[in-house]
Amino acid sequence: MTADALLPELAAQAAGAAHRAADRCPCTAAVLADRPDAAVVRHAGVVAKAHAPGTDPAALALRLTTAAALPGIFLPPLTPAAVPLATPIPVPRGTPARRTAPAIAPDRHHRDCRHPEQSEQPEHPEHPEHRPTPHPRLMTLWPHGTPVDPEDPDAAPWEAAAALLARLHRGPVPPALPPMRGPAKAALAVARLRATAPGRSAARPVERAWATLPAWARDEAPMPGGGALCHGDLHLGQLVRHPAPGGPWLLIDVDDLGVGVPAWDLARPAAWYACGLLPPEEWTRFLTAYRAAGGPAVPAEGDPWPALDVPARALTVQTAALAIVRATRDGRPLDEIELAVVDACDRMSGLPPELDDGLAK
Amino acid sequence: MQCPKCHAPMHTYNRNGVQIEQCSGCRGIFLDYGELEALTRLESQWSQPAPPPAPQAYPAPPAPAWGAPHGGHHGGGHGHYGHHRHKSFGHMLFSS
Repeated sequence: MTADALLPELAAQAAGAAHRAADRCPCTAAVLADRPDAAVVRHAGVVAKAHAPGTDPAALALRLTTAAALPGIFLPPLTPAAVPLATPIPVPRGTPARRTAPAIAPDRHHRDCRHPEQSEQPEHPEHPEHRPTPHPRLMTLWPHGTPVDPEDPDAAPWEAAAALLARLHRGPVPPALPPMRGPAKAALAVARLRATAPGRSAARPVERAWATLPAWARDEAPMPGGGALCHGDLHLGQLVRHPAPGGPWLLIDVDDLGVGVPAWDLARPAAWYACGLLPPEEWTRFLTAYRAAGGPAVPAEGDPWPALDVPARALTVQTAALAIVRATRDGRPLDEIELAVVDACDRMSGLPPELDDGLAK
Repeated sequence: MQCPKCHAPMHTYNRNGVQIEQCSGCRGIFLDYGELEALTRLESQWSQPAPPPAPQAYPAPPAPAWGAPHGGHHGGGHGHYGHHRHKSFGHMLFSS
């Protein structure tokens, strides 16, 4: 399906689910995210998500079932299974199909409508006239929830996020659930760096830091240990209040959910703290709440870094790689925040990872 | 030595280098020549404001060896950018 056809299709699906009894409605659909790996459109109380091209239907089904069985931790899907969107038809750009598409407006008017996935800038690395998709995109429907306000990250619910993760990590692991996709996403980020900006000088420390990581953290070997239920891609955009606007916080985005090293879910805040970006107070709030809730990813007391080191290095590399890709795409230098992450890669490249029960091997 | 007041035996104590005789009966205290001045001197030292304690930074949580020099365990304070959010970090907080 072309990008031009995907968003109207999602909008129609969301509208159909939101107003099953009504023929027409005054609502305007809002594009919450439009990226190569996900498109998300909201209509009233329903959010329709087109998953990444090539998503394994069986794996997505297991992840949806897992999330649906975790009420109070994960936002439950509206429908139990993903459905394939309409068979893709190559549509040349600029044909009438584009102009007659249903009205879809960027959701700028309703603060609580904004979705965290919107924060990612649209990315269309290639946009050929025809982009036939070999397999239809899989779509899921979700209730709308209120995200963390991107304009007010100081209001980030660190304690709630930590408690949700601790409960997730303590939960039983469903049989046959695939691995969580954290290491795969880190490897994809490095692959994008190599494809986009291989000669950029900032890429060198990132590559050196990547080379310090054990094979499992580079998605080149299975993850060690028995494995816990993990979110796989935790950041502040992965939390919503449901029912909106004041309900309890819940995790969203099942695409990377799976079995793995639970410290991976703590590794983004850990990396931000280590890079000097997240104030120590906020890191302490997050870590303390995770421990208070019995989270198993780190020891109950003492230095958590033997467990966090490898995942935090991987997330630092991933963040630096994607920052360089974006800066290269936009034709601009790295800003001071992005440089801080690249500098951390430079420092870690001379230091072997900390040892923790084989995580560093 | 006997107490000049009640004639009970007196015991000698040494407190911070000052010899003190105390009666075991009436608990009266005798000071030798210069001992009052010595005690006064000690008292004045005691009542002077104590030197301010070394600034006790809130103990920074542990950080890895590759952490930012001014964050975590190296400096014990805020990171470079901790006091106000940089727009780029705001984006990073919400990005995969």
